[in-house]
Amino acid sequence: MILSVRDLRVSFRTHDGPVRAIDGVSFDLEESEILGVVGESGSGKTVSLLAVMGLITDPNATIEGSIRYKGRELVGLPPRELRRLRGNEIAMIFQDPMTALTPVYTIGWQIAEQIRAHRGVSKAKAMARVEELLAEVNFPNPREAMSRYPHQLSGGMRQRAVIAMALSCDPALLVADEPTTALDVTVQAGILDLVRKLRATHKSAVVFITHDMGVVSELADRVMVMYAGRVVERGTRTELFSDPRHPYTRALLGSIPPLTGQKPRRLPAIPGSPPSLLRLPQGCAFGPRCPVRYEPCEADKPGLGKGAHAAACFRVAQA
Amino acid sequence: MFYAILRRFGQMLFVMFGISVIVFLIFFATPGADPAARIAGRNASPEVLAAVRHSFGFDQPLYVQYTRMMEKIFVTGDLTSFVNRGWKVVPAVLDSIPVTLSLVFGAAILWVVVSIIIGIAAAATRDSWLDKLLMALGLLGISMPVYWLGEVMNLITQSRYHDSWAFSWVPPLGYKNFSDDPKGWFLTLVIPWITLAILYIGIYGRVLRAAIIESMQEDYIRTARAKGLSETRILFRHALRTSLIAFVTLFGLDFGALVGGSALLTEVVFGLHGIGKLTYDALQNLDLPMIMATVMYASMFVVIANAVVDFVYILLDPRLRAS
Repeated sequence: MILSVRDLRVSFRTHDGPVRAIDGVSFDLEESEILGVVGESGSGKTVSLLAVMGLITDPNATIEGSIRYKGRELVGLPPRELRRLRGNEIAMIFQDPMTALTPVYTIGWQIAEQIRAHRGVSKAKAMARVEELLAEVNFPNPREAMSRYPHQLSGGMRQRAVIAMALSCDPALLVADEPTTALDVTVQAGILDLVRKLRATHKSAVVFITHDMGVVSELADRVMVMYAGRVVERGTRTELFSDPRHPYTRALLGSIPPLTGQKPRRLPAIPGSPPSLLRLPQGCAFGPRCPVRYEPCEADKPGLGKGAHAAACFRVAQA
Repeated sequence: MFYAILRRFGQMLFVMFGISVIVFLIFFATPGADPAARIAGRNASPEVLAAVRHSFGFDQPLYVQYTRMMEKIFVTGDLTSFVNRGWKVVPAVLDSIPVTLSLVFGAAILWVVVSIIIGIAAAATRDSWLDKLLMALGLLGISMPVYWLGEVMNLITQSRYHDSWAFSWVPPLGYKNFSDDPKGWFLTLVIPWITLAILYIGIYGRVLRAAIIESMQEDYIRTARAKGLSETRILFRHALRTSLIAFVTLFGLDFGALVGGSALLTEVVFGLHGIGKLTYDALQNLDLPMIMATVMYASMFVVIANAVVDFVYILLDPRLRAS
């Protein structure tokens, strides 16, 4: 077990009162496994992983619960210790490669900086390693790319450079926060191939955050669906796609246009919009948008249950 | 690169030419601005006026007058004052330059160093008591006018507390040549440097703080944190460099203007006969040759300072380099 998150709660103090962005999220991650985390904007998928990285720097945030990395508790760990893990054992790839790199330094310099922050190697050695890494993420001319500034590279190339940077210290855990969202479709496919290949060569476990069900179906071993700060369904990829249980998961899958067969005249959409975290409805947060809600949904929040494939829904528990 | 510098130099010359033409026209060709009437005195007869006009060359076409004036400033250097006949304008400007440069350079070093320290310290300890204290002091510095602060400084160091151990080293007001007396040069300038720098320390410290705080919100700062870098390294290597761009812009403008004569108030308060004082006196007497010469000198410095700023931009930000 590489990562074990239990009952994670993240809340922010705001002018309009406290907001609970993450409300009791638990999940496990095995070595070299890819976990897909799916949800709409504001569902808490990014915040929960930023908490794992120790990257929530907002002084108004409180983080409770337990995050164990290789058995070691990360919640409450001193910043210095966390820093030693970050970039070294746990690395992160961000959504927008256009702004993720410092504009005033070369790609090579920025990757070498990370290597030298964690390994006591010479500048020359670090640079040699950078060249290997850039070759590994399919830069046609790594030596030349090293001396390029971010603005001289395309979006896809920048994302490759960010991935090379994330891999520079052979992390056991890689968190990818919508790494393909800002890229166009052909470039996306290349990046997904790369993530798959790197999982094989570097044996890193990957948490892949996305709102794109198509990406999940291609990449993930297991999937976790989030809604309003809670996990509503988890299971293996096959379980989730062939037997979705939570009404929200079903609705998400139902809104993907079919490639074969008769095309629906209108794509089914989920009515309403995600609730504000400031004014969550009583009971199930998805209740107001749910086609199969009944009395218990308004009284209480459904729990996720114990099984490997589980959904937080009274209807499922009843069945 | 060589071509770029050459082109830039050409632009500078063009700007200076434009400035000289505009200033010349303002003083020699605007309706009502008759330099001859000014020289000849209040109740001069038409004959006297005509004689003055002839002897100063005001009866020549404007372009001839302009060319002769430029020639006398830049080639022969024998332009003489309209007010004190025989007083050569160019040597007077050249004598004032070291005074102003000494004042402004020293103050600039002081304000750049101190404001960078203050800006970083305030940004790094954002919203703490230290940040609030530094920003309040900065605001205080901005609010104190130089002529008032200078007089207070003089009151303290020249009279009231001059005999105390703290200020007995302060020499009388005035300027000493660096080549004659380096120690005297330094000591006479310490108080003017501090006085002039205080205003700019306040402004620059606040500007830098704001720029650093803005930089710290950027995505690449989050990347730097995710890399496992220390907060100190993130601040100095990743946030500071991009923050300095606003700082450099401001510096180029202020420095050019100060060297060009805006340090007037400081010069007057401390009895330093620099460019500011020279320009001020020339304007008071409407001494056109002196105004022309000081304006040309000032515009030269503003233009040079701007060129230097552009060059520093390119050093700071690779996005501005031609690929």
